[in-house]
Amino acid sequence: MSTRQAIGSNRPPKRQTRPLALVNARLIDPASNRDETGGVLVEDGVIRDLGPQITRTGLPEGAEVIDCNGDVLCPGLIDMRVQLREPGEEHQETIETGSLAAAAGGVTSMVTLPNTDPILDDVAGVEFIARRARETKRAKIYCYGALTRNLEGKDLVEMGMLAESGALGFTDALNAVADTQVMRRALNYSKAFGLLIIQHPEEPRLAAGGAMNNGELATRLGLPGIPACAEVMLIERDLHLVRMSGARYHVAHVSTAAAVEAIRNAKQEGLHVTCDTAPPYFSLNEAEIGDYRTFAKLSPPLRGENDRRAIAAAVAEGIIDCIASDHSPHDVESKRVPFAQAACGVIGLETLLPVSLGLYHNRSVSLSNLLKCMTSRPAEILGLPQGRLAKGAPADMTLIDLERQHKIDVASFHSKSKNSPYDGRPVQGAVRRTFVDGRQVFAAEGTA
Amino acid sequence: MSDPARKPAAFYPHRHLLGIEGLSADEITRLLDLSQSYAERPKDDHRARSLLSGRTVMNLFFENSTRTLTSFELAAKRLGADVINMAVSTSSIKKGETLLDTAMTLNAMGPDVLIVRHPESGAVSLLSQKVDGAVVNAGDGRHEHPTQALLDALTIRRRRGRIQGLIVAICGDVLHSRVARSNIHLLTKLGAKVRVIAPTTLLPSQIDKMGVEVFTDMRKGLKDADVVMMLRLQLERMQGAYVPSIREYFHFYGLDYDKLEIAKPDAIIMHPGPMNRGVEIDSELADDINRSVIREQVEMGVAVRMACLDALTRDLTGANT
Repeated sequence: MSTRQAIGSNRPPKRQTRPLALVNARLIDPASNRDETGGVLVEDGVIRDLGPQITRTGLPEGAEVIDCNGDVLCPGLIDMRVQLREPGEEHQETIETGSLAAAAGGVTSMVTLPNTDPILDDVAGVEFIARRARETKRAKIYCYGALTRNLEGKDLVEMGMLAESGALGFTDALNAVADTQVMRRALNYSKAFGLLIIQHPEEPRLAAGGAMNNGELATRLGLPGIPACAEVMLIERDLHLVRMSGARYHVAHVSTAAAVEAIRNAKQEGLHVTCDTAPPYFSLNEAEIGDYRTFAKLSPPLRGENDRRAIAAAVAEGIIDCIASDHSPHDVESKRVPFAQAACGVIGLETLLPVSLGLYHNRSVSLSNLLKCMTSRPAEILGLPQGRLAKGAPADMTLIDLERQHKIDVASFHSKSKNSPYDGRPVQGAVRRTFVDGRQVFAAEGTA
Repeated sequence: MSDPARKPAAFYPHRHLLGIEGLSADEITRLLDLSQSYAERPKDDHRARSLLSGRTVMNLFFENSTRTLTSFELAAKRLGADVINMAVSTSSIKKGETLLDTAMTLNAMGPDVLIVRHPESGAVSLLSQKVDGAVVNAGDGRHEHPTQALLDALTIRRRRGRIQGLIVAICGDVLHSRVARSNIHLLTKLGAKVRVIAPTTLLPSQIDKMGVEVFTDMRKGLKDADVVMMLRLQLERMQGAYVPSIREYFHFYGLDYDKLEIAKPDAIIMHPGPMNRGVEIDSELADDINRSVIREQVEMGVAVRMACLDALTRDLTGANT
């Protein structure tokens, strides 16, 4: 049985009947550089007031009070890259189970990829997600639209209309747009509407047939390798097109030092370029594959130790804007096969925070800068009003016990799929409570 | 996979034979000594005949093979085992589940030894985690082919008396070759100086880190070699732009009398088969009984596989070394 439970599924969605006060918290708001002891007062799902003056005394009548015991209260995490497998592959994950996992992981907003079945390349698909999101109260769910029809890399989708329906950006998900002319047109067209284009950075022909990072380990295991330069090659091609078009370009799950360097230069040049990485790329390297462990098979593949360090350093330096879970649920049948045949990807919603906190605990990055990568920075890139602790902002918040040491226990996860490489890994830091629009959607055991 | 701590005094302290990489030099030498003893026995040796009597050996081949399958079958029969051959067509295993489904089905029939060949690297190791009997890797993808390396080593030892200090040149499609990988592990563990010779497109990344010297010029690589081990060039590699043509490949990397001059005068020529005459090896040279030991390799294959089956089933039979 699960040791944690989600709460609040049957509460009314909109009106907050009682004001809620979270007191005695360490308030961290990366957007405003706030880091102080205090409280937050929530009314009608919105932050009414916050700061050291919010204590047990002087609260509105009838307010529900939660003492945070000095734990960190920060904006709810925004995970800008997840796959929830609905519609189409509900045996691996659903919007419901993914939302439970999100709430348990402190994630209050997430953006799904369009590689569902059917593919999200028309208005109806985007509106389906929007409707399911309204029905699911635990986390806010958004989606990206496909960049090209059927993710085939040929014809553009109706970007403007999909954006009006709520698509936050456009991407061909796990496919890189191979055709340079199509990518050029996509960037040019998106510029007219100011839309965000997200690329899976891998030169597809160079990576074709590859199962893991190219190098000594691939040679020993007899697995076809993907050269690390496949990543920077595609990014550099795209950067030329970004320079021509002036479009907004976001690189997903950056995994190599060379890619970081290219993005650093593009940012210095003033191009509208942002990027994210996922925890495996700064916490694991290719050695994790060991004796053909398919839970360590990702796309892009886990790289060598030098690249892993470069990614951690780039998060610390702020070259990497965001950390996304890249949550990729897969059933047992997709992973318990010979390595080259296994599906790529790992689940990440419930490990995003504790694994990322490793960068804080090993003193690579400050807590505020780390949380920024999962709160205000993705909110800015995606154009969302949440991701900050501020008067008038949506009361999406995560309460974190920074110091709590525990071992990751995949059996306790809410996600339908269990393909995590982190099972049994000791981590420090745990989500205590999660709030969406002022409603508590998750409380760890012992905090009720 | 293996648990040396569990039975420290055993002749062969592993449950399976999945690769050479996990074996120690001592373990390899013991297997070679035992193989030699089988090579010396008459075919109808009665003691050997009863060794695996009542045991079931299953050949489970997910990839076409004639010689390896036959060799294992003969080895098991000479030890008195009941042998079942299962050829699983490659098309039906495209969906990977079938591999473990098949493994579990066969496991329920209680085979003592499963001999498995699979086109994917790591597939035999995966299967070995799901069965109760001993598993022998008869070749998995580009990864390992341990009995081939053992039979090659036995052949070298019989012809040269030792392995330590010999210069062994492995030539050809190293990139796609499990034979090359298993041989590199085995020969370097036993102290040979191993060279690989191939066009750069057929050399795996960072192969030098496996302890070999790398040559792209065959003439330089063959200098003073005691053993020249040729690898099969799969003709479909032409489509992948690995080499421009068979003519060019044979010109630079095919073994002929002219290039063989550069090796030691008594250097032996090996090939795991099946050969592409005129692609990687000159046809006449392949049949030259003074230089080519290809026939002996096939013969040693049976002895090595008898030794491996013997070693893996000793715990089952309760015999001691």
